[in-house]
Amino acid sequence: MKKTYKIDVDCANCADKMELAAQKTAGVKEATVNFMALKMTVDFEDDQNIDAVMREVRKNCKKVEDDCEVYL
Amino acid sequence: MSKKQKSMLLRIIAAAAMLIGFHFMPLTGTTRFVAYFSAYLIIGGDILIKAGKGIKNKQVFDENFLMAVATVGAIALALYKTGDYTEAVAVMLFYQIGELFQSYAVGKSRKNITALMDIRPDYANIKLNGTLTRVNPDEVEIGSIITVQPGEKIPLDGIVVNGESALNTAALTGESRPRSVHGGDEVFSGCININGLLEVRTTKEFGESTASKILDLVENASSRKSKSENFISKFARIYTPAVCFSALALAILPPLARLFVMDLPPDWENWVYRALTFLVISCPCALVISIPLSFFAGIGGAGKAGILIKGSNYLETLSKTKIVVFDKTGTLTQGVFEVSDVHHNKMDKAKLIEYAALAESASSHPIGKSIQRAYGKEIDRSRVSNLREISGNGVIATVDGIDIVIGNDKLMKSLNLDYIPCRHTGTIIHTAVDGEYEGHIVIADIIKPQAKQAITALKKAGVKKTVMLTGDTAGVGKQVADFLGIDEVYSELLPADKVEKVEELIKNKAENEKLAFVGDGINDAPVLSRADIGIAMGAIGSDAAIEAADIVLMDDDPMKITTALRLSRKCLRIVYENIWFALGVKGICLILGALGIANMWLAVFADVGVMVIAVLNAMRALFVQKQSDSIV
Repeated sequence: MKKTYKIDVDCANCADKMELAAQKTAGVKEATVNFMALKMTVDFEDDQNIDAVMREVRKNCKKVEDDCEVYL
Repeated sequence: MSKKQKSMLLRIIAAAAMLIGFHFMPLTGTTRFVAYFSAYLIIGGDILIKAGKGIKNKQVFDENFLMAVATVGAIALALYKTGDYTEAVAVMLFYQIGELFQSYAVGKSRKNITALMDIRPDYANIKLNGTLTRVNPDEVEIGSIITVQPGEKIPLDGIVVNGESALNTAALTGESRPRSVHGGDEVFSGCININGLLEVRTTKEFGESTASKILDLVENASSRKSKSENFISKFARIYTPAVCFSALALAILPPLARLFVMDLPPDWENWVYRALTFLVISCPCALVISIPLSFFAGIGGAGKAGILIKGSNYLETLSKTKIVVFDKTGTLTQGVFEVSDVHHNKMDKAKLIEYAALAESASSHPIGKSIQRAYGKEIDRSRVSNLREISGNGVIATVDGIDIVIGNDKLMKSLNLDYIPCRHTGTIIHTAVDGEYEGHIVIADIIKPQAKQAITALKKAGVKKTVMLTGDTAGVGKQVADFLGIDEVYSELLPADKVEKVEELIKNKAENEKLAFVGDGINDAPVLSRADIGIAMGAIGSDAAIEAADIVLMDDDPMKITTALRLSRKCLRIVYENIWFALGVKGICLILGALGIANMWLAVFADVGVMVIAVLNAMRALFVQKQSDSIV
């Protein structure tokens, strides 16, 4: 199950960190952040509560880069 | 400018004004420190907070940390010794100017590129109770009749039921010549209606329409990352900590060595200053921002030219293409049968075609249709009588009272007509008028007018080998290949054989030479996905081609292949320029910094200056040469 989210982040390096953080979140199979399009595409593992996983992704992203946003 | 950017600009101006003002004031001691430190907090306060948060969240090594340590260190040194706070404030000031410029440039290019692909229709006009009403295209059901007024975008794919007009397809195909449409023609969403009023019966929902598909593809394009991008992000992850530890070593080891080994005074301040300079130089921003920006701009520029690239990895692979494999029908040829010649005729060619067209007047077969097209005039059926179709072989009819026989070798033989066999390739239609053999009509698939030029241009652009695959006979294949100047040709292949052939070609080439397959997306989806790069052409409205290919050419002009190849090379050249330039300048400055030759002023140039230049360079990828230029 793949979904795309709008994000807001200021620098490419930070986008890269967000990508890593999202990838490491439990329930996420694969995540890519497109800094230029300001989008995050998340591929979820099967049988996951997508909303809960995304809240976790957002929390983890905020941890690595304070000044970012994932619009759920 | 966004709100964030505006407040940053204000902070930069304020700090700069303070810096200049303080320079002319006779400040000393604590007042001096307080004055400069307040300027420093105005410009760099957020960096200090971010660095602090980074440490709290175990994300120590980022550029905020580098800048915070470097500038706080410089202030500490000034406090302790020189009293020159300007340097620390100025470094932070330049760093912030660089950041602002970067965020402005990125925002600007983001906007530019989205504007290029501005094909999203905002509304559809539907007639409700006799009046035209604007509705969301999402809500229009298949089979609805929508009205498109002059100047409006066609919101959904459909078929024209009423009206005629010229369409501007530039946003989809990059082709500036308008396309004329009338009743019965298929139209695609995203085109702009130029002059006439059109009524269109929709054939697709909005989500499945051409415009949606293309937007989707463009917006998701750069989620597939290239090797260079992956290299840079991995590099940045190792690089920053490595530089921090090197700086630490530079601050501690030489003084200790001087103290214990060389028996000299340790000279701590000097080495700490060098280490701080080192930190300022080392920020990886230039690389991290300019590489993805180059690819993004490259993909955006290509989109403007009607070339859709599904990811930056494909842009990278395309730039290394050395072998181009073509499908024949529909790619190099038009895939439409046309009368190409008439041989051995005694009577006037036009007259013969006229007779043939009349005899074929009842035919719906592509061959018969092609003869009717060659005749080009309205067919008067009343002139034709006694029409008999000899299934699969031809037609016998009486036209204007004269007996006409047209058909293949078999029909001629069965009627004991003495026919002349043809050496030419294509479908041969013999004719007999009033019992006499009247020569034959050659019907062939027409080679696209730009095809030969396209092959020559590819060769010029450095493609080593061109190959053509075709399901057609060896004779036809060879003739087309010879005419176009294609190096190798494989004929009489079934779709499955084509995959095998491509696999064989891939096996026999060098590893770093990539193979591109160009097809029209009909029957060749497996080959498109098997090749290193699958290029589908003439893809407007063909979902299968858009799905299977890595690169989609919106119209069917083979010259676009060279354009795509050239722009991919340009983009990659920019990427490498930026990598080498940034690493080179930083490398040199790091060495100069360690040796104590470079001061913080040079360091801040190495960081901000390099980034500004790299970003400007990346923006060049947005500009695509026009086709006519790329031939030369």
